[in-house]
Amino acid sequence: MFNSINQLTERALSEGISLSEVMIRQEMEATGHSYLDIYNLMKTNLTTMEGAVTEGIAGVNSTTGLTGMDAVKMQKYIDSGKGLSGDLNLMAIAYAVSTNEVNAAMGKICATPTAGSAGVVPGVLFAMVKKDPTITEEQKIRFLFTSGAFGFVVANNASISGAAGGCQAEIGSASAMAAAALVELAGGTPDMSAHAFAIAMKNMLGLVCDPVAGLVEVPCVKRNAAGATNALTAADMALAGIESRIPADEVIEAMYKIGLTMPSALRETGRGGLAATPTGERLKAELFGAK
Amino acid sequence: MKFKSVFDIIGPVMVGPSSSHTAGAARIGLLARNLFGGQPDKVDIYLYGSFRDTYQGHATDVALLGGILGYDTDDERIINAKKEAENNNLTYSFIEMNEERSHPNTAVLHLYKDEEELVIEGVSIGGGKIELVSINGYNINLSGNYHALLVFHKDEFGTIARVTTKLGDEKLNISQMSVSRKEKGQVALMTVELDDTILPGALDEIRAVKGVDRVIEMTGG
Repeated sequence: MFNSINQLTERALSEGISLSEVMIRQEMEATGHSYLDIYNLMKTNLTTMEGAVTEGIAGVNSTTGLTGMDAVKMQKYIDSGKGLSGDLNLMAIAYAVSTNEVNAAMGKICATPTAGSAGVVPGVLFAMVKKDPTITEEQKIRFLFTSGAFGFVVANNASISGAAGGCQAEIGSASAMAAAALVELAGGTPDMSAHAFAIAMKNMLGLVCDPVAGLVEVPCVKRNAAGATNALTAADMALAGIESRIPADEVIEAMYKIGLTMPSALRETGRGGLAATPTGERLKAELFGAK
Repeated sequence: MKFKSVFDIIGPVMVGPSSSHTAGAARIGLLARNLFGGQPDKVDIYLYGSFRDTYQGHATDVALLGGILGYDTDDERIINAKKEAENNNLTYSFIEMNEERSHPNTAVLHLYKDEEELVIEGVSIGGGKIELVSINGYNINLSGNYHALLVFHKDEFGTIARVTTKLGDEKLNISQMSVSRKEKGQVALMTVELDDTILPGALDEIRAVKGVDRVIEMTGG
């Protein structure tokens, strides 16, 4: 079993296979399940993701009313042609927001790696698909396996839980996973994927988990958009040949150690950061009454 | 390594809004129901750390309750679990605990039905993945992903050997095993994870082994 990004890329290079293929083979070895069963299970996850993107673009509201309908605004803005950044970036924002609005509304999503960060990986993937409709179903499924391979290393060496490691462990991990998978989809090497992963995660280090009223809404939905955009930035940089000075595995270790030193008020307790602002406190009181 | 599958990372498919606080909570509830052997009449749920601070916003309460009602992470009935609990004659209470546990996302569930009582402590470690850390005060470490037997037995020489011999006779391989006790010579708990499911007949034979008190079967998946 690979337990580091280095082992993951080494296996891909020594066996002459893609990173997604390394993940699939390891899953077969670990579970004894067939290639087809594993492939089809990931296909179910892909279908769920697509459903959430579509649902959010059509428009949803959370029960609290704190989030919702921003994906619709984003889509209209894209359609107006007035967007500042390119369409790929704008669509990644729209789809990431869309997925996380559905999540906040207690709709059905696929955790990637968590529910609070579930918009990043599908946001980037479906934006790519929108841009290039020739991307096959197999490529989409492989994108998820590659994302999973990188997330797997993070989960085993650091954390993917906001309560344990802050938002850097959730949106940070999701963004780095998506960046690595994007590179593979775009035809980059396993090493480029590792650099994209490292760059994306470095840019998210120290990000705290400070949800207003403890709800996965503010600022989570918008941070999914930031995670998607950051993934595109990191993937483009790596594909341009830019390398991370700090290797991916050491970035993961740094993320873990930062998480350990983060005060509990900033780890998904809804007691610090944005949650503790006057507006954050007021919203909480309005929703749940004063405690 | 705590995470063994890619589907711990990409997945589960679930009702929002939080993998650790909603999906993980549903899985803790579901595991508790399975260990209890069905739905209890009453459950008291003690919430710690981040679970305590944010359970209303994350729907942790309805997810735990939904799990106890038998709903999996993607079951949309979770949203109305409180109403469903009433319809299914399940009374419940949520108790906010100030004491800190080793993991911030901890729930302790006391399940009751007639004379039966079971205390389960579960933690949600991220991405919807959970661990069961104690049962009736005995420390254990179970993910719920594998078939397992929880054998309460007399803390006396030979008991463990008799049980494992019986499993060997049934051609069942043990993948992981641990023993826990509160006091020497009293009741101990042996946790045995198996590669395959055990047949009902063999389970009865283990229940009849000298020194064995109570056996709980946990089905993986």
